[in-house]
Amino acid sequence: MTHTRREALLVGLGALVATAGIPRLAFAATTEERIAEFTGGAALGEGGITLTAPEIAENGNTVPISVEAPGAVAIMLLAAGNPNPDVGTFRFGPLAASQMASTRIRLAGTQDVIAIAQMADGSFVKTAREVKVTIGGCGG
Amino acid sequence: MAENVTPRVRVPDSASAGEAVLIKTLISHPMESGQRKDSQGNVIPRSIINRFTCEFNGETVIDATLEPAISTNPYFEFEALVNESGTFVFTWYDDDGSVYEERKDITVS
Amino acid sequence: MRQAKRLVGGGAVLVLLLAGAALADPDHDELIVNGEIEMIVRAPAPPHVENLDEIISGWSFRTDETQALQMDDFDNPGMLGVERALVMFDTPMGTAGQACSSCHETPEALRGVRATYPKWDEERQTVQTVEMQVNECLTERMGAEPLGYDSTEMVDMSALIASVSRGMVVDVAIDGPAQSTWEKGREMYYTRFGQLELACANCHEDNAGRMIRADHLSQGQINGFPAYRLNNAALISVHNRFRGCIRDTRAETFEVGSPEFVALELYVASRGNGLTVEGPSVRN
Repeated sequence: MTHTRREALLVGLGALVATAGIPRLAFAATTEERIAEFTGGAALGEGGITLTAPEIAENGNTVPISVEAPGAVAIMLLAAGNPNPDVGTFRFGPLAASQMASTRIRLAGTQDVIAIAQMADGSFVKTAREVKVTIGGCGG
Repeated sequence: MAENVTPRVRVPDSASAGEAVLIKTLISHPMESGQRKDSQGNVIPRSIINRFTCEFNGETVIDATLEPAISTNPYFEFEALVNESGTFVFTWYDDDGSVYEERKDITVS
Repeated sequence: MRQAKRLVGGGAVLVLLLAGAALADPDHDELIVNGEIEMIVRAPAPPHVENLDEIISGWSFRTDETQALQMDDFDNPGMLGVERALVMFDTPMGTAGQACSSCHETPEALRGVRATYPKWDEERQTVQTVEMQVNECLTERMGAEPLGYDSTEMVDMSALIASVSRGMVVDVAIDGPAQSTWEKGREMYYTRFGQLELACANCHEDNAGRMIRADHLSQGQINGFPAYRLNNAALISVHNRFRGCIRDTRAETFEVGSPEFVALELYVASRGNGLTVEGPSVRN
């Protein structure tokens, strides 16, 4: 089973359309909805959360990212430009030595990756990083 | 149903009490997103690992929800706190109902 | 030879493709896998590679993030194929009831194989690739069906065989009985194919280090094959990559396992004499 870039781009059709302008609100709303579900509408602070991602991803199929928010209970990751913005949520138990997790994600195109941490006191902090996803020269 | 699903984990054999140990996990899985079509134009149904958990001696280290945006062969790296010798239990939950489990012992001095 | 056309000046299509190409040199990072296998990612070009001063592993052309995936076997998804092949290695196949391990005991017994293949086979009077050798074992010694040249099982097995030679210097023989095959491969390397009229050399010799759209052109070295390509999220064989390259020139391509690709593999492998075996590597 292989995922080719062409198929990854098909996945990214939504993202391309969004770039073109018109239905951007629809996708943005989905991202906003996900955030609202996670936070229950609470205000989003800044700071105390670090998202590490490449500035330029060589291939959107496998983008290594790492997120850390000391003292967090949970961290949600979103990819705002994917047709489905959900990426995953990490919940940290009492035996997590740090509130850090690294994984590899799919990005359908250049976009913001968003991380929101729910802190132990019930507050939320957010950070985002733009990842540029390159279009290959060959077989792309 | 995904074939050849093999989990693997890297956990140190031993640690000192109260030490943070780095854990890496990888499971071979296509993570079929449900967004792709086959050569006949039919949508290939979604088939992913949708949840991953790590427990140590019955207590949670991490509990992750996975979506189709997680890459093929899902990889995770995180840190666990170990205060005593015991067993890590890693569990991956597949959309098709399969559950894959891997255990690793660690000696804490 | 299809669409064969000797290298001539011009190359308008390539000029178009590379329009605005910026120089983006490969980096000078060192590659040590698992903290112990020291790779040679830059070496003086062997004398038979007349147009290059230095040969450079494809690893050096990748981003830091992609490079990191190859530096630890746990992080390298290509090792999943190696693990699958390890099981196959000990599994009896065919009517003789033998497994690979019946003769070779452990994969480590095959250390050195990857570094010298493709190689002249005296008995068969032909240049053999690792894949051809595996199928010879299967059909002639084990009484088993041959594996598809580019099947998952074969690519996994080839990854296992490469993995035990990692860090060894590539040293394929180009003289003696292999010479005519090598020359055929060299001819192909400099022959323009397809509607885009591109030879291997146009991209990987004339323009290595430059960008082709957003892709960083390497020297097209094959010391890292089979390679886990992020583009496919799978291990990819050398011939599969050759086929992809030729397809991208908009040509009718040769088949994996064809005599043409065996010759090309020998020639391209010889361009990497002096680099180290890296397979299974991680590439874009």
